[in-house]
Amino acid sequence: MTRYIVRRVLWGILLLILVTALMFVLFRILPTGDPARLRAGRNASPKAIAAIRHDLGLDKSLPAQFWIYMKDVFLHFNLGYSYYSNAPVRGLIAERLGATLSLMLGGAAIWLAVGLPVGVLSALRRGSRLDRVSMGTALVFVSAPEYWLGLIALYLFAADIGQVKIFPGAGSYVGLTSDPWKWFTSLLLPWLVLAAGSAAVYARLMRGSLTETMGEDYIRTARAKGLGERRVVLRHGVRSAINPILTILALDIATLLGGAILVEVVFDIHGIGLLAYTAIRHSDLLVVQGTVLLGALFVVVANIVVDIAYAYLDPRVRYS
Amino acid sequence: MSTVDDSPLLRVEDLRVEFPTEDGVVKAVDGITYEVGRGRTLGVVGESGSGKTVTAMTILGLTRAQGGRITGRILFEGRDLLSLDEGELRKVRGNEIAMIFQDPSTALHPLYKVGAQIVEAVRAHRDLSKAAARKRTIELLGLVGIPDPGNRVDDYPHEFSGGMRQRAMIAMALANEPKLLIADEPTTALDVTVQAQILALLERLRGELGMAVMIVTHDLGVVAEMADEIAVMYAGRIVEAAATETLLNSPEHPYTWGLLRSIPKLDGPRVERLEPIPGSPPSLIDPPSGCHFHPRCEYAQPDHARIDPELLPLPDDPAHKVACLLEPKVRRKLWEESV
Repeated sequence: MTRYIVRRVLWGILLLILVTALMFVLFRILPTGDPARLRAGRNASPKAIAAIRHDLGLDKSLPAQFWIYMKDVFLHFNLGYSYYSNAPVRGLIAERLGATLSLMLGGAAIWLAVGLPVGVLSALRRGSRLDRVSMGTALVFVSAPEYWLGLIALYLFAADIGQVKIFPGAGSYVGLTSDPWKWFTSLLLPWLVLAAGSAAVYARLMRGSLTETMGEDYIRTARAKGLGERRVVLRHGVRSAINPILTILALDIATLLGGAILVEVVFDIHGIGLLAYTAIRHSDLLVVQGTVLLGALFVVVANIVVDIAYAYLDPRVRYS
Repeated sequence: MSTVDDSPLLRVEDLRVEFPTEDGVVKAVDGITYEVGRGRTLGVVGESGSGKTVTAMTILGLTRAQGGRITGRILFEGRDLLSLDEGELRKVRGNEIAMIFQDPSTALHPLYKVGAQIVEAVRAHRDLSKAAARKRTIELLGLVGIPDPGNRVDDYPHEFSGGMRQRAMIAMALANEPKLLIADEPTTALDVTVQAQILALLERLRGELGMAVMIVTHDLGVVAEMADEIAVMYAGRIVEAAATETLLNSPEHPYTWGLLRSIPKLDGPRVERLEPIPGSPPSLIDPPSGCHFHPRCEYAQPDHARIDPELLPLPDDPAHKVACLLEPKVRRKLWEESV
């Protein structure tokens, strides 16, 4: 088991190095704005631009830039400095991780709390009105893009522009530590918007997975023992059906930690997603690379965590 | 049969189980009647799709969840199980009537320890502490011949062999000392050597615990040794029922003949070919008219496609019942010629 974990971690690091290298190459091959020119502002003299280029290290050869960047990232965990604001990328990310984390945790809690029970009930009463209504609703929310849903939510419920002014609108996010109540209320709409699509997806996943499990022989055994239907479903059915869903959950969480771009942009929440979005618009390459690398890191870690968790969730899984 | 209480432990009367499907109504069980006496063993024999498993599952109410339409009566100690609600039936399941299944590798929950699954069965019907239930579980595992039960109780099903899993299933079934054990193809998924062990185990436990056993199987060989009576099912009906000895020695129904001829004989000549029954089991949605077996019966007469035979006792042996349109004399002659 330990050997397995060590091997997985080493592969994960290699993967991150490859991702970083690929990003570096991609961002320099693809046509983007010249960071030095953008930084210098309008009507800057060529001399000023050259000076900035020198300061940012952009006058060095690409291989040299690559080597310096990789060394900084993997040996010193230094992601470089924003071309745009001079702030260290690591600091920018650290500052915003809290908002993204808040958004993700609340959203995930809601979509699990709604999606899983709906999925279970739909699986048990397939073809019933409840099943058809919930699966139909699920289809709507799966199909609705988050930015559209977000704008609709703001239009309907935001305190500033809404028809029914009940929730704080865009840009109202504050950190948990500064004002817990305001943190909570400002995140309610973003949470609901983020959770809507995923709740629908998880309801469908749970329905499918549990439907399959309830046809297993060991469910018949559980009934033949004389267990109550509730216990049969929860302890015998859901216990098996939930395993594949946990895998997907871990990856979804990892992806969201890399920034829930659309929701953060619509609600003006200063998280990783908004940071990445702004950085892309400013050709702030090092910040973009930093956020992408962060996302890749979370996905790699989530994969390893899932594999290790599986050894505990399913006794048949053993790594050697 | 006991002189004190002459009523059978289980009496199934005119049981019908139908499943509505998109293609039509599947008549899985089409009006069958049989009895299991206290401490007796009944073998129910038939091909796949003959309704034998559905019959067994229906006794425990396990076909209710599948949307089956069920009519008739299932009298267990005089009480009609079909009239019980889900909660009352649950008190019977795994308690007074227990069941084991064909494939022990899928019948146990893969994510729970074997012992925990048996503990759950014990505690479903008895108010025992976890420790006491665990103690009883270890006893049960020992009873069914699991070596070192004190340690194996904490194994997961995948750490057991196929035979051990079926033993564990039997231990689970015996947890509450049922009066009737239903075994649905208990040996089909097992190696031949293990099959014999499991049958011997069931036979021993039946003697020790004094329970009645109903064995459902496609293999006459399985029940030949163990059953007191045998009922042969075809297309959802019982076509012949008799004491085991009688059924094996003087079978009356051409379908039973076919089953007997398809069993290899150890003392027969090596070159002898097994005779399969021609054709395949009929559709239960649209079964053949008249005698359901007539399309596969080599002795069928034209009017057998019209007349539906009843399961009737033989004049000289009322315990031997058969549903065949051939004249008894003709049948006797055909069977004697063929052996």
